[in-house]
Amino acid sequence: MAREHSARDDDLPVVVRSLTVAYQQRPVLKDVNLSLPPGRLIGVIGPNGAGKSTMIKAILGMVPRLSGEVRIFGRPVAQARREVGYVPQRASVDWDFPTDVLDVVMMGRYGHLGLLRRPGARERSLAMEALEKVGMADFARRQISQLSGGQQQRVFLARALAQDARIYFMDEPFAGVDAATERAIIGLLTDLKARGRTVVVVHHDLQTVREYFDWLVLLNVRVLAAGPVERVFTPENLTHTYGGRLGSLALLAGAQPPARRSLGGD
Amino acid sequence: MFANALWVMSGTALLGLASGVLGVFALLRRRALMGDVLAHAALPGIVLAYMVTSAKAAGPLLVGAAATGVLGVLAMLAITRHSRLKEDSAMSLVLTVFFGLGIMLLGVVQRMPGGNQSGLDKYLFGQAAAIVPSDVRLITLIAALLCLMALLFYKEFKLLAFDPGFGAGLGFPMTALDLLLNLGIVVAVVIGLEAVGVVLMAALLTTPAVTARYWTNRLSVMLPLAGLFGALSGVAGTLASQVGPRMPTGPLIVLAASLFFFVSLLAAPQRGLLARLVRFLRTRARTRRSRLLEALYDLAEEAACPQTLAAASPEALSRRTGVPVGAVRRHLARLSREGLVDRVPAPAGLAGADAWKLTAAGVAEAYPLVREERLHLVCRMHEADLDGVQWDAGGRLVAAPETLRQLEALLVQHGMQPRLHPGDGA
Amino acid sequence: MTASLVIVAVGALVAGSAGLVGSFLVLRRMTMLGDAISHAVLPGIALGFLFTGSRAAPIMVLGAALFGLLTTWLVQALQRAGVQEDAGMGVTFTALFALGVVLISAFAGRVHLDLEHVLYGEIAFAPWDLWLVGDVSLGPRALWTMGAIFVLDLVAVLLFFKELKICAFDPETASAQGINVTAFHYLLMTLVSITTVGAFDAVGAILVVAMLVLPGATAYLLTDRLSVMLALAVGIGVLASVLGYLLARATDTPVAGAMAVAGGAVFAVTFVIRLLRQRRRRA
Repeated sequence: MAREHSARDDDLPVVVRSLTVAYQQRPVLKDVNLSLPPGRLIGVIGPNGAGKSTMIKAILGMVPRLSGEVRIFGRPVAQARREVGYVPQRASVDWDFPTDVLDVVMMGRYGHLGLLRRPGARERSLAMEALEKVGMADFARRQISQLSGGQQQRVFLARALAQDARIYFMDEPFAGVDAATERAIIGLLTDLKARGRTVVVVHHDLQTVREYFDWLVLLNVRVLAAGPVERVFTPENLTHTYGGRLGSLALLAGAQPPARRSLGGD
Repeated sequence: MFANALWVMSGTALLGLASGVLGVFALLRRRALMGDVLAHAALPGIVLAYMVTSAKAAGPLLVGAAATGVLGVLAMLAITRHSRLKEDSAMSLVLTVFFGLGIMLLGVVQRMPGGNQSGLDKYLFGQAAAIVPSDVRLITLIAALLCLMALLFYKEFKLLAFDPGFGAGLGFPMTALDLLLNLGIVVAVVIGLEAVGVVLMAALLTTPAVTARYWTNRLSVMLPLAGLFGALSGVAGTLASQVGPRMPTGPLIVLAASLFFFVSLLAAPQRGLLARLVRFLRTRARTRRSRLLEALYDLAEEAACPQTLAAASPEALSRRTGVPVGAVRRHLARLSREGLVDRVPAPAGLAGADAWKLTAAGVAEAYPLVREERLHLVCRMHEADLDGVQWDAGGRLVAAPETLRQLEALLVQHGMQPRLHPGDGA
Repeated sequence: MTASLVIVAVGALVAGSAGLVGSFLVLRRMTMLGDAISHAVLPGIALGFLFTGSRAAPIMVLGAALFGLLTTWLVQALQRAGVQEDAGMGVTFTALFALGVVLISAFAGRVHLDLEHVLYGEIAFAPWDLWLVGDVSLGPRALWTMGAIFVLDLVAVLLFFKELKICAFDPETASAQGINVTAFHYLLMTLVSITTVGAFDAVGAILVVAMLVLPGATAYLLTDRLSVMLALAVGIGVLASVLGYLLARATDTPVAGAMAVAGGAVFAVTFVIRLLRQRRRRA
């Protein structure tokens, strides 16, 4: 079976086979099989505790897997680190850390630099470029504890940009950000897509799904559906994913794409 | 001699009891090392009290220790509240600076007339053998008071440990409660210093509490259990120190507490490492066994010839199930002993290869497993239309008879009903 | 070189080394590990001493450093087994410390190891503990030991500055980039162990534990740049040891304790000034 796929697998950014992850005894992810297409904006949605963040971390090898295999561009994750950009949840770091914005963005280059080499002029210009793209160039020398939540998010995105990866994983980048940041993120996603990058985004606001993404993974411990938004974002699939707990889901998915919202996050 | 040992034993046991109970709250408040900090922070207070009163009376020493202990807690609060330093830094700062001050003052005392005979340096390492009946009476009294405090403020301390923000929202004076708890810890430290010394007092405030956590998930059980472990450590350590002439009681008490912890870590039911390992191995063996049976069943069903069940090599089964070949062979051997599978002659052209098939008993064993698995599948497809479908901890389907009938109908509808019935293949 | 100068120099070297590695402990919220390691190395010291019969032997330092790493490993292993980090620390270091005391007591007849001296040291003896090669004296031994350790810490921090930084700030992203976070954790812990043990031998436990947190914490209040923080930490450490020595001379008290108190005073002054400035800015 594995052999049949391998020719195709090299082109696919992510192929996951029978991935199972458990904390203690409780399986958080069960038999996840997934092939993500290149050059798409891919949303991962599902209810709280559905294992969305865990799936990303398991794909990147940050949490131990009980079983299963992950390939990134046809290679094991350990050999594909440079192709992968990761944007963690904002709360995962201490923003009191003594450093400034530019320095954090330059951290995106550390993987490329390898041991002993120090970041230099090239890294600095790449970092500044990335900061400009997220509209944060004026903040380059700002201490990171002085940033708002949205600005912190943009710094993390700039760091991932500076990494210049082929596939990006973002953990809830839209959570609790202001309207300006939301626009900046959307602009960035579109730009990445235009340059043929693949972006996988953990997301939990169903109202904006149609607007942001062109490909979806519906997750609730197992993958319940995966594919182009228009095919996957259906009332049936949503009730499967969310267990029919939310009455308005069906309406939401059946409705026309909502008018552009100017509100921030949720 | 023996009577003295008995006094020492009851003293250390009561000490262990009280510090075990208080340690539980410190542990759950994620400040397991608070005992360590306060044990060090008490030193300057003790030395100061001694300098002022020129006597080793328990009362003033307690007051002195409590004073610097509370001062230390307040300093920690100020540091975490008004700077970006985190709790651990605040704790380390208070510990080292206060202890440094204590060392300085100790230096002053030792130059005072008669200072060297004060025995204050014993407070660093403790000297349980020096415990006399009057000490035990004091320890008893204070241990009882501390336990009473834990009982009276049970609900408040629980809130403090679990969710202080919520407690403040309810209108409880959380800072005052925090101080009270820490004051209790300081008092325990002071009465314990003489017996086991500064560092080892930290152990009595940490280890029994961590040990108790292994045996229960309930705070109301954990408190007496930690007290029990503390008391047992005191008794065991004192007994052990009777063995040799140079065996220090304090460290032996701590080693006894550590031993209890180690045994619990390994052997506690549910949370212990062995229990976890056994659980993991069992689950894996069960899953592999049913996967193999299901795979053989599926193969036979695909061949669609109930009289001669299809056979498969271990390698093919391994590829199909994802179970390593070695494990497949071991499980096949076991299934064969149970009479569930049969080894059949290798197909022509594959010399040396072995092949296996289900027996009639094997079909009967596999049938419910396969049915369950396929019901799961249908269930996931139609979850929205089905009422009250659940899986128990073992992964078995739990559903009302009516829902079950509905599911059976759906199985047939999708053409997924198991086609080999018990009795086939005989 | 006068005795006072030697004492201040040794104190400054301890404070500088501990300030460098301790700054990372402050940022990683692991300062209590310094306290834990400094106690947990006792059985290593006791065993090393038992085998070599000398407090200076490299075997003893090696044994202690190994126990330091053992502590780090045990705390991590316990954490993986579901024990919260601080509790794991508490259980580990008190057990090892107790073991050390029992070992020393059990062999007290054969070993002349003064527990108090080991733990609370006496930096005041440092000038007269000379390093002799043959008959030639190369000067105070503590100066050499601590000098070597300072250079080691400095070189390691300079070489792996960016790795130590990202592992402290965002270990998740670091590992996603392929940086071996565990390896750098153990590198830092090895440096902490070596610094602790080396300083132990020269000046006792209390001073090194104090210097693992005081300079780093004070510097953290003063700057927003990690490189500046490290430099400041070294400077503050040196300042604390000079002030501490003067304090000890003035009050005729143990030098190590006085240095810890002086460091505490430097921290307190910094803390209050910053607080007042913030208040004024807000007002």
